This record gives sequence, structure tokens and C-alpha cells, in this order.
Amino acid sequence: MILAATTDESLARMSDLLIYSSMAVYTLAFFAHIAEWVLGSRSKVGRTAAALTPRAAAPAAAVTVRVEQGGSTAVLDKPKVVTRTAAGARDVPDGPGAAGGTVKGDLYGRIAVSLTVLAFLVEASGVVTRALSVQRAPWGNMYEFSTTFSTVAVGSYLGFLLAKKNVRWLGLPLVTTVLLDLGLATTWLKTPSDQLVPALDSYWLWIHVSTAIFCGAVFYLGAVATLLYLFRDSYENKLATGGNPGAFARSVLERLPAAASLDKFSYRVNAAIFPLWTFTIIAGAIWAGDAWGRYWGWDAKEVWSFITWVGYAAYLHARATAGWKGRKAAYIALIAFACFLFNYYGVNIFVSSKHSYAGV
Amino acid sequence: MSKTDTTQSTPAPDETTGAAGAELSTAPREDREDTAVGGPSLGFTGWLRWFWRQLTSMRIALLLLLLLSLGAVPGSLVPQTSADEMKVQDFKAAHPTLTPIYEKLQFFDVYGSVWFSAIYLLLFVSLIGCIVPRTWQFVGQLRGRPPGAPRHLDRLPAYATWRTSAGPEEAREAALALLRKRRFRAHRAGDAVAAEKGYLREVGNLSFHIALIVMLVAFAWGVLFKSEGGKLVVEGDGFSNTLTQYDDFKSGSWFGTDDLEPFSFTLDSFTGTYEKSGPQRGTPRTFEAAVTYSRGGEDTKTVVRVNEPLKVGDSKVYLIAHGYAPVVTVRDGRGKTVFHGAVPLLPIDNNITSTGAIKVMDGYRDKNGKKEQLGFSALFVPTFAGAGQGTMFSQFPALDFPVLALTGYHGDLRVNSGLPQNVYQLDTSKMTQFKIDTGTGVAQRMRPGETMTLPDGAGSITFEKEIKEWASFQISQQSGNGLALTGAIAAIAGLSGSLFIQRRRVWVRAVRGEDGTTVVEMAGLGRSESARLPEELADLAAALTAQAPPTAEPPRADPEAVPDTAGPEAVPDTPAPDTTHPADAPAEDPAPSGEADK
Ligand code: HEM
Repeated sequence: MILAATTDESLARMSDLLIYSSMAVYTLAFFAHIAEWVLGSRSKVGRTAAALTPRAAAPAAAVTVRVEQGGSTAVLDKPKVVTRTAAGARDVPDGPGAAGGTVKGDLYGRIAVSLTVLAFLVEASGVVTRALSVQRAPWGNMYEFSTTFSTVAVGSYLGFLLAKKNVRWLGLPLVTTVLLDLGLATTWLKTPSDQLVPALDSYWLWIHVSTAIFCGAVFYLGAVATLLYLFRDSYENKLATGGNPGAFARSVLERLPAAASLDKFSYRVNAAIFPLWTFTIIAGAIWAGDAWGRYWGWDAKEVWSFITWVGYAAYLHARATAGWKGRKAAYIALIAFACFLFNYYGVNIFVSSKHSYAGV
Repeated sequence: MSKTDTTQSTPAPDETTGAAGAELSTAPREDREDTAVGGPSLGFTGWLRWFWRQLTSMRIALLLLLLLSLGAVPGSLVPQTSADEMKVQDFKAAHPTLTPIYEKLQFFDVYGSVWFSAIYLLLFVSLIGCIVPRTWQFVGQLRGRPPGAPRHLDRLPAYATWRTSAGPEEAREAALALLRKRRFRAHRAGDAVAAEKGYLREVGNLSFHIALIVMLVAFAWGVLFKSEGGKLVVEGDGFSNTLTQYDDFKSGSWFGTDDLEPFSFTLDSFTGTYEKSGPQRGTPRTFEAAVTYSRGGEDTKTVVRVNEPLKVGDSKVYLIAHGYAPVVTVRDGRGKTVFHGAVPLLPIDNNITSTGAIKVMDGYRDKNGKKEQLGFSALFVPTFAGAGQGTMFSQFPALDFPVLALTGYHGDLRVNSGLPQNVYQLDTSKMTQFKIDTGTGVAQRMRPGETMTLPDGAGSITFEKEIKEWASFQISQQSGNGLALTGAIAAIAGLSGSLFIQRRRVWVRAVRGEDGTTVVEMAGLGRSESARLPEELADLAAALTAQAPPTAEPPRADPEAVPDTAGPEAVPDTPAPDTTHPADAPAEDPAPSGEADK
């Protein structure tokens, strides 16, 4: 028993060390991203104002199937599919990315991604050793919740990269907020590793909390995309109406994907995770039913989960409602995410709730 | 999504595609004029109809959703009567000016308030008013057939064309077979094949919204037929599920007390363990109540834990709280035992410093033989701290160094005064305190086994060595849970279907071109967020080329840039070639297919 306790202690210390190391690596990744953006801003490659002029309902250039002329050795290409945007949508190509097409910027960008991968691995091991040291899911208090949260957020981002999605523009904002999150976690929210209070000791912890963390992380990526969409959309509007955005705004925003792409990304991400968020709330209700004898008691945490859920439902509705698409829907998505954040930090810290027993 | 987009009405798919794009979902059409007019000329039924159409429009549903989330906020910030009566009292005492305003606004009972109910009831009326027509519309779509091909296939979001040596009829046959094989609903419409797939999206969406109603009904049912009560049981004691046995009891308005599940249980023992050391010292580790329950005569032993309620029929028994019940014996001046038993005391902090009262109602006579009542206010600590101080407190929740401090009174306990009395509090207004000769003057601290002698031969009270624990249980009976769970599962399944399944249409047109070869045109149309549509179309086209193999183009200067002019009846409205727009630029959706490292 005593022996086991000492092993746990050293594992816990190791976990702390790993988390601090990951912060160091994230900091390096942060600087690499900054370098990428700075170097990219010096380039004019791939950035022409002409590229941003709307392509005025581009007609579909029909492409036919090519075959070797008179060929017995005919190579049949797949018929090419021509796509066109829906009528009314602005048709602007994506920006070239933070590196702005510069080789050096791109190099730093790659370094940043590699460092992020490294930091992610270190942080994930930190979370795992923490779990081993307490011999349970590492989600018993806000410190553990925060470290897992940022690990999962970075993991999802890397997952998108791995799936060859165009998401490198997420890198800088993500790494910045991860550093903030870890900073908060290791200073204010730090809780020594320990066992759970009996009420948390249930397999529903695995189900409910893990999905909640995952939803939060993905909603976060969606929120970043939504915010960038709003900026980029104003920028495109300004250009379309002949305005002249400031030099800084122009330099940053022109390298981002088109507003339509950002909007689509955030919609996909939010919509895809919404059923899981619904599940999370229902799983929480079932757990509450077992632990406290009532499924739904309008406890502060429950209220804010509900508000978040209704907020995202409103967002999905807004996108199907005339007059609410685009920016208005984006505002709703941001408010919904703010509700999620408040539920996570605000309710634990400011509101007394049945849920706030977990050592903050 | 451009800014201009937000101020104009949606570019409905049918703007470019006519009937072909209509009803690709069952979303209600936005009758914009309606909102603007609604004038006095409408008459009563006109107004009614106008109101109804407003209520069931997407815009109002959206506003109601936003209102609902906004309305839920105050309930999380202001203490709620339903959750914690005491906190509400404290709040009212602390905010005398705010209280009347909050009371008017029903802020202490937000989720039962008139205005909150109004929001969600309106929302659900709107929901029903939305679902019913959408369901009919959908049934109509299922019974009908996918709409025929629009004239200008090349204006659709995804388009492909080639020439083939196969005859038009042959190509159409092949297309029909292919689409059917890929589980499209397909049929011939004129010179083209029309197909549609992904109806499950609508099924999912409708069942999601219906599931919401099912859940609401289940909740309402649950509230009406619910019963919930608390009972504190000392080790060795029992409880049987009848109304009189409850310490407190609440039930829904449609719940009859004879609906109570007939069962009983005894608390055999309670075990609590706590962290012994470290910064979290004192944090509970296990709480277990070993009980024997019986229903219909058969005894069963089991353990109730915090997350593991005991289920008996429709009822569930939850372990809610626990504490200590010191066993005391009170004797009168002649040594006759007038009270013996375990006295449950209520914890006031995490280390289970507990307070309570010991009441000797009858059987006691003072040294003159006069009938009197005795009362003791008790303070108990499981692990004593505070030696040499006026107050004592507990420093650990387990029974490491238990101490009981008692202050004795005699006189009238006023239990028969007609006022409801708290068993844990002593009403000393008609009692006189025993003067006890101790250092502090009032209370005497005792270790287990010690006896406090009351002055003037008034008797004694003994703190027995045995200290029992008590556990309090919540016994609730709830119906509608199964229905709610079914609704919840249906909601998630429906939602997933609604969000992950794409509803899309594909048309294949095959006509004879001017040069005698057959021109095949394929086009796909989905809702605006269709990412895989072009991929799927390419896939279908590739599969179709097996039966309708491409032939060489008639010689052209630049095959990349020149649109196909396959004959006026097929593509009469040839768009101007646009060389600045590379044909393979993924205009619809660059995000997911773009390369990460570009
Ligand atoms: C209890 C409140 C409601 C909730 C929580 C809710 C939730 C949702 C959600 C999450 C979606 C997204 C599915 C998607 O994007 O395809 C959706 C779609 C939809 N909802 Fe609701 N809804 C509610 C009430 C209503 C009402 C009152 C109406 C009637 C006006 C309505 C009409 C629709 C329609 C037409 C869609 C499909 C939109 C589309 O096809 O894109 N909903 N709803």
C-alpha cells in the first residue's frame, strides 16, 4: 500500500514535469508560427488583389473526357466534374496560408506543426501519467479537465491536418490559447493528484466527461473558424465595395481561406459534433439520475449545458432560415460557444452548483 | 456567405433550377410578404391564420429558441426554491429590495414560472405546427417521384459530360440501372433519368423533432406522476414505504399514495471511509449502506452506494447523506432508565461536526416525583479538536476521537404546543438550564462511556460506548423514464441522420448530338453544404463510362476551355467560355479537400 503510494507520487511528479515541458514546446511552436506569419507578410507571391475580385457567377466551363485520339491504347480519364457555387454566393479563392507562398515562411510553418506534434505527444503523456498516478480517468477536477481539454483540441487539429484538410491557419490561434489554458491550469487550477469523491466514482464519468471534453475541444475549433470567418467576411465585403482595408488587416486576412470556406468549416465542425453534445447532456442526465435521484434538476451546470445546446440548435436553425444566414448565424455560434466556456469556468468558479465539488 | 446574402432572401435552389431543386428539404417556405402585410383587411380568421403562419415559421422558431436559452439564465444565477429552499431564504434576507421584484418576476422558480412555461409551450406549439405539414409534404415527396431534369444541367453545382458511341436509349438504361444499384430512387423522365437519394435525412430530421415532443411529454408525465421523499434511518432501524414513514414527502398532482411501491428495508450498517493523509485529508472515499430489503416477504441483502441506487419495482432508493447517532441513556434521580436510544445528529461541516437534540418527552419525574420533560442540546465531533477552548470542532470525519458535549434543560419541551417542531432543535423558551459545575459552565464534554450527572439529584445521562451511524435515503418513484430515454435515443439517432446524411439529386441526360454520337450529361444537386456531391458524381460518371464509353471529341482547338455544344435541345444556353476560371478549381468546397500543406 505504502509502496503503491510512493509510485503514484513519482508518477504525479512526472506528469507535472511533462505538462511543463509541453508548455515549453508549445511556446517554441508559437514562435515558429509567428515567424511563419511574419515571413509570409513580406511576400507578394500568391497575393493579388485580382484574386479577390468576385468571379461573378462563373459559368461552368465544360470539360469533356479526353481519350487518346484514335487510340487502341485509349486511356480513359474519369469524366471531370465541373463545380460551381450556388447563385448569390461570393466566389473568392482561398488565401495562400500564413506562409504567403514564401519558402522560408512555409519552412517555419512546417517547423511549427512539427513542434506542435511534439508538444501534443508530451502533453498527452502528461495526461496519461496523471491518469496512471491516480488510477482513474484524469477528469476529476478543473486542472485535469483543462489539460485534457487542450490535449484533445490540439489532437483534433492534428487529426484534421492528417486528413489533409486545409486547417493550418488554425495553428497560431490554437497554440496561443493552449498556452493560455495550460498557464491557467498550472497556476490557478492546480490540484494535487488524488482520488475521486464517491459521487464522481462512476463509469458515467468516462462516458459523460470524455464526450464533454471532446465536444468542447471541437466546438472550440469551430469557434475559432467562426471568428476568423467574421473578420475575413468583413474584409471581403470591404474589398467588394471598393473599400481599402488597413495594411495589417490586409496582410493577415488575405492569407486566410475565403470567408465561404471558413464558414463551411465551422458549420461542418459544429454540426458534426452537435449530436455528440446532445448525447453528452443525456448521458449526464442519466448519471445524475443515478447519483442524485433526479435526472434533471436545473442545477447551474445543467442549465448552462442546456443553454449551450439550445444555442447551437439555434445556430443550426439560423443557417436554414432566410435572413439569418452568414454573419448572424456566426454570432449565434460564438454566443453558444461562450456559453460553453462559461459553463466550464464560470459555473465552477462563480456559481455554487452541485457539480462544483471537484476541487474547483 | 456574403453580406448581401444576409439581407436578401435565400437564393433558393430553384432560382437556377426551377422545379428540379424544389422540395429538396421540407423546411417551411418563408413567405416574406406575410410578415410585411398582415393588415387590418384580413378579418378574424385571416388574422388567426396569419398568426399561425408566423408562429410556425422558421424565424419565430429561431427567436423562441433564443428566448428559451436567454430565459434559462436567471435560474442559474438566482437561488431556486425547487433546488435549495434555505439558500432562497438567505438570499431574501440579504436582498430586501431585490426580493419583491424577483418575486414578481418569479425568479425564485424560473423553470416553473409562467413566462418560462410560455416560451417553451409556444416553442412546442410551433414545433407541432411545423412538423405536421412537413410530414405530409415528405409523405407526398415519397409517393411522388424525383423531379425531372432541368433544362440547363450545366448550371447545377456539379456537372459532367462526355460523348459516347452508345445509343441514347442504351445510355439511359445503363444510367437507370446504375443509379438504382446505388440505391437512388430513379425513374425515366423524358430524355433523362432523374434520381434522388438521402431521404433518410428528412426522416431523421422529422423524428428528431418528434422525439423532442416525446421527451417533453415524458417529462410532464414524470412530474405529474412522481413521488419523492426522504427518510433518515439509523443503523439497525428500518423503513417501510408508506406515507407516514417519510420525514418529508412530495408528489406530483396525479400521484395517489396507494401508488407507493410496497417494500421495506433495514439499514444493517453504514460504512464511510476517508482520505487519511495528504492535502485532501478528510475527503470521502467510500460511502456504503448495507441494507436488507424485502418485497413480498423475501429478504434480500444488498449495498446502496452514492451512484448505485437500490431499485425496487418502480422505486429507487438513493443514498443521500450520512452522519452519526450517539447512543445515550437518560436516568432519573432514582436510577430508572427513562430514555435509551441512538440520537441522530445533523452534520454541520465536512468533518461531520454535528448538532442535534435529545428529548425526553415522558416517563421522567424529578426528585420530588413531579412530571417534567428533559431536553439536551448536543454537539458531537467524531475527531475532537479544540481542547482548552470554549468551542470544539471536528478535524476528521471518522470516529477517531469522538466527543459529545451536552447542555441539559428541564421544563416543557413544547412539543404539544401545536407548532410543528424540528426534531433536531430544542425549544428552550419554557425550559430551565441545568447548572453544571464544569469549567465552561454550560456544556459538559464526554468521551464514550462517560456519564454526566445532573445537579440536585435530577438524574444522569450516559454517552454509551456504542456510536451508531445513520444514512438518509431518498425514495423516489418516477414514471415516464423509459419514454424519456426512448425519446432521447430517437433524438440522437434522428439528429445524426439529419446532419450526416445528404439529400441529393442526380440527373443523367443522353441525347443524340449533331455529329451522330450520343451526348451524356450528368448533374448533381444537393443542399448548399454538400461537399461530397462532386465526388459522388465523378464516381457515378466513371461507373457509367463502362456502359457508355467515351469517344473522341470532335477536333477542337482547346479542349480545356471550350464548353460542350452538344446540340441545342440538350444545352441550348451555352455559357460563354471563361478561361480565367480553371475548370478544376473546387469552387464549391475547398476547405475539406484542400491540401494541408499547400
Ligand atoms: C424545441 C425546439 C427545437 C429544436 C431544439 C430544434 C433543433 C433542430 C436542429 C438541431 C436542427 C438541425 C438539423 C439540420 O441542420 O438539418 C433542426 C432543423 C430544422 N428544424 Fe428544428 N428544432 C426545434 C424546433 C423547430 C421548430 C419549432 C420548427 C418549425 C418551424 C423547426 C424546423 C426545423 C427545420 C425545418 C429544420 C431543417 C432545416 C434544414 O433542413 O436545414 N424546428 N432543428
